[in-house]
Amino acid sequence: MSDEHVYLSLAEGHDDSDARWAFGTGFEDPLHGVDTAVPEGVDAAELAAHCLALGDDALVAAQRLAEWCTRAPELEEEVALANIGLDLLGQARLLYSRAGQVDGTGRDEDAYAYLRDPADFRNVRLAELPCGDFAFSMARLLVTSSWRLAVFERLARTAQDPVLAAIAAKGVNELTYHRQYAAEWTVRLGDGTEESHRRMRAGLEQTAPYLEELFTAAATCGADPAGVRHEVTAALRQVTEAAGLPAVEAEPLPGHGREGDRTEHLAPLLAELQGIARAHPGAVW
Amino acid sequence: MSTTGDSTTRAEWPLYEVFVRGKRGLNHVHVGSLHAADDRMALTHARDLYTRRNEGVSIWVVRSEHITASTRDEKDPFFSPSADKVYRHPTFYDIPEDVPHI
Amino acid sequence: MTTPNATVPAEGAQKPLQEHFDATIARDQRIEPRDWMPEGYRRTLVRQIAQHAHSEIIGMQPEGEWITRAPSLRRKAILFAKVQDEAGHGLYLYSAAETLGVDRADLTQRLIEGRQKYSSIFNYPTLSFADVGVIGWFVDGAAICNQVPLCRSSYGPYARAMVRICKEESFHQRQGYELLMTMMRGTEAQREMVQDAVDRWWWPSLMMFGPPDGDSPNSAASMAWKIKRHSNDELRRRFVDMTVPQADKLGVTLPDPELRWNPERGRHDFGTPDWSELQRVISGDGPCNSERMERRRSAHEEGAWVREAATAHAAKQAARAEEGAVA
Repeated sequence: MSDEHVYLSLAEGHDDSDARWAFGTGFEDPLHGVDTAVPEGVDAAELAAHCLALGDDALVAAQRLAEWCTRAPELEEEVALANIGLDLLGQARLLYSRAGQVDGTGRDEDAYAYLRDPADFRNVRLAELPCGDFAFSMARLLVTSSWRLAVFERLARTAQDPVLAAIAAKGVNELTYHRQYAAEWTVRLGDGTEESHRRMRAGLEQTAPYLEELFTAAATCGADPAGVRHEVTAALRQVTEAAGLPAVEAEPLPGHGREGDRTEHLAPLLAELQGIARAHPGAVW
Repeated sequence: MSTTGDSTTRAEWPLYEVFVRGKRGLNHVHVGSLHAADDRMALTHARDLYTRRNEGVSIWVVRSEHITASTRDEKDPFFSPSADKVYRHPTFYDIPEDVPHI
Repeated sequence: MTTPNATVPAEGAQKPLQEHFDATIARDQRIEPRDWMPEGYRRTLVRQIAQHAHSEIIGMQPEGEWITRAPSLRRKAILFAKVQDEAGHGLYLYSAAETLGVDRADLTQRLIEGRQKYSSIFNYPTLSFADVGVIGWFVDGAAICNQVPLCRSSYGPYARAMVRICKEESFHQRQGYELLMTMMRGTEAQREMVQDAVDRWWWPSLMMFGPPDGDSPNSAASMAWKIKRHSNDELRRRFVDMTVPQADKLGVTLPDPELRWNPERGRHDFGTPDWSELQRVISGDGPCNSERMERRRSAHEEGAWVREAATAHAAKQAARAEEGAVA
């Protein structure tokens, strides 16, 4: 019996009060002690729009990552992709909650996620493209995490709304990891075999028409778009060079996700996401 | 060189042993093993799997084949749990006191 | 205490080793990876740990399908984290199995070729979101009944894996029960969904503990070696006794007309599961066996180019480092 206690005692003392255990990314309330009143001089409608747009990016991306579940190329990757998906889902929830506080409607996170139609979503279009193969998923993750990291670093410093700044600051750590994960895979696949090189190159090329949209003021939600463009372009160049891949360029897709222009892929994604919730009005989950 | 094409059917990743320092003042402790193609990937996987990505911890990884053991092996996984996001924590779920055994 | 000698013949010259092994087991101490162990012990452990690991990985599928459809963001996060845990638990267990000198790739191969099994329960379909709750409540509850005693399993790496897994799984059961409680407070349609899920999962959950003791060929040796600590029937009874009051609280009916409290025995009497159904499901004829295997096989095969690329990159990097060192 006593040896059982040895195991259990090893197992104890790490949870509850001890913050170093993996509670990390969600246990501590990132908004603890942050004043939730909208500061004077901040345009509430614009702030709400920014929170909604960045929340939509994260929700749609998390939904795509969830589609990898049970289909990842190796079990360790299952765990990694789920970690990234959970981080983004967490970001979406915080951003929707903030949108509901400042847009005057008092809506909760689920009202934004489940009760808006595809035309009301404001995510960038790159987020809604189907998963594709692992190479495309890594290409997209490389682009979106580099971009979102550049945006969040700026918002953490400069956002006038302390809540948005706190959400962004929390996201920076997560996104730094996402970018590293995607960059390492981009290099591995670019350098690995002929097949992986071909696929990685195709994956990056597929993201190219959607890049320009990321570097507009509408997309960066208050972060300086020129600075974001500079930083992301440099990061992508560094990774593609290390991977032995050419820089990608393409004619930008007309229209803008932030203005409600959609690809054909968002509606089915939302139909799946919202189906049960909408089939049971008045239900509680 | 360039023998990589030969083993297309068996390109399985080698085994790594993982050691984690839970916090300052403690030794690194063996927590288990995982598969990875290289050292960098092993570190990333270790962080994802054994610490669920906690920033504060320090991790060592080493190829299992590089461990020299005395007669009793040191391959000794699992010293402690990682709790995680709050919803991983049983007490996060509000269950009435009078529901037994949950 | 039964001594393992009765079931495990010592192998001639290895008598002192066998005696040392038996004494270690008798003292309730752990066997560690490089200790001498009888071949039967090793084989039994590999089979049991591998089945357990496969069950975690295949078990991701019935619930994983609902992550993208979860009806609230909170439920989505919980389910995502839960299914991720299952991948993690599978990895802990494969890691424990690998201390016995087997290779995860081989175990995976044996799984997808149908030469190793996983828990029968994961061959049943999930039909509504209430199934997510009932799986947490029944299936994870049953798993906990099975696994808590395994934290004292005689094989050290397995026991330690189980400690960690049990800790993480208590969240799994609670989230399931809490989801069902919430749904029972909701609409009439939701209450019907819950009862329907209970009706479908109750008997398969009882079968999770395996065939009755009389028909369980491997049990005796496993118990003697302290790999297993309790018999199938004993664990099944514990599960029923634990679950009945929870069902009352929840306001659902367990679909067994014979289920009633027996004051003399101090436990519940209950009906007999359809063992022929269990046989069918185990031998590959369950409602979802082929889908589950097909998904696992295709994920593994479609991921091959990724794994190969990573291996090739690592080899190239190593070669470059060597060249660099020479130059």
